[in-house]
Amino acid sequence: MIAMLRKHKYFIDYTLGIMLRHKGKSLGLLTVYTLIIFLLASVMLFSHAMRREAVTLLANSPEIIVQRIQAGRSVMLPADYLQRIGNLRGVTEKRGRLWGYYYDPAVKANYTIMASEQDHLSLNDIVIGAGIARTRGLAVGDYLTLRSYQGKAFSFKVLKLLESESELISSDLLLINSDAYRRLFGIDESLYTDLVLSVRNPREIQKIAEKLTLLLPDSRPILRDEILRTYESLFSWRQGVMLILLLGSVLAFVIFAWDKASGLSAEERKEIGILKAVGWETSEVMRMKFWEGAIISLVAFFCGYLAAYLHVFYTSAGLFEPVLKGWSVLYPSFQLTPSVDGLQLATLFFFTVLPYTLATIVPVWRSSITDPDLVMR
Amino acid sequence: MKRSTNFIVCLSVLLIGFVITVVDAALQSEQMTPLIGRSADLVSRLGLTDLALFTEARYTRHPTQSDIHSAFQDHPGALEHFPSGSFVQPPMGDLP
Repeated sequence: MIAMLRKHKYFIDYTLGIMLRHKGKSLGLLTVYTLIIFLLASVMLFSHAMRREAVTLLANSPEIIVQRIQAGRSVMLPADYLQRIGNLRGVTEKRGRLWGYYYDPAVKANYTIMASEQDHLSLNDIVIGAGIARTRGLAVGDYLTLRSYQGKAFSFKVLKLLESESELISSDLLLINSDAYRRLFGIDESLYTDLVLSVRNPREIQKIAEKLTLLLPDSRPILRDEILRTYESLFSWRQGVMLILLLGSVLAFVIFAWDKASGLSAEERKEIGILKAVGWETSEVMRMKFWEGAIISLVAFFCGYLAAYLHVFYTSAGLFEPVLKGWSVLYPSFQLTPSVDGLQLATLFFFTVLPYTLATIVPVWRSSITDPDLVMR
Repeated sequence: MKRSTNFIVCLSVLLIGFVITVVDAALQSEQMTPLIGRSADLVSRLGLTDLALFTEARYTRHPTQSDIHSAFQDHPGALEHFPSGSFVQPPMGDLP
């Protein structure tokens, strides 16, 4: 065993010697390889962490939301729909929600504005998300003026700021009193934006949704599972888009690596011939070449992965921010909870390290089984 | 020190770095649980349904609540429902 390990150490010594002789070429390959792994791992880590964060946070979203659809669009819903639903078995609570959007021309941003009963707000109070506070430079006690549907200015006093830790869900949120909401947008008491239903037993949700569509034929129930599924696929898709954008560079690398690894140069062929002539066996030549592929790909894999981890979780994926930000003015500042998906990592390892290592061995095997004299010529 | 020893040391350092990331992920995840819990409470209290990531349009701010025929509604890969979407350019003057 020790003899075998020692032999492999000699192989590594010899291989590193060859690589140091072609310093520029080896370093170039290592840099490109590391960069590719860094980008792929960054996309994987970021998408996985985002998906996990979204699913964890939204696991507490309402079990059923009922929207009213009129002429193919969602519209305000009459408050008497709550009575029409009646006492559905399994529904523990039902209430109407008032929410919508407010476009602020001062910062050219859309706010999500919501009526909140739980915060016990007076008519002139407002609770604002950390993103709005940052963008508008507001603090507790300041005033925020919103224009009503009639063009009248309503001044609200900032009662408190929503926690900055929850920016991912509340960055653009404004919470006001329900009367203030109705006055601001000219919505009377008989209307709600949508209804929220709480269901104790998750297995009953589907059945309740079916009953709802019978009771309220113009309604569209949205289930919590659908919300979670949307976010699952949203980040899978974003990951897919980023990977497709990276595909060009990945392919360029594959061609480069394949050319470097599989096409043996005359010099390399001569070297194999000399090794065979001085007594090296075919298996030994192959083991030496295996180490060449393994050294480059292992170092590139670990360096690329570690850089990606630091990029995603310690610099808030700074490279991806412009892509995600799009046109949004109120992009939340958030810290992702680090999480590593073993399966994704293993996939990345098998699709990068193994092919390169194998690609180095096959041509060597072909040259080393031929006669040394023929190879050297 | 021989080259192979240097390499083994380097690889070990990288491996330790890898293990540290796994441990760090577990530790940070534990530390951030109360913070996530507070955000989850807000979701539950206000009945929130979406992440405030993309605030530029209704269907990006609330992809789960938007109209059936708005972009991304069928599935997030559906950038545009109809080819006409690729011919209509956004009003460039209003870009932020």
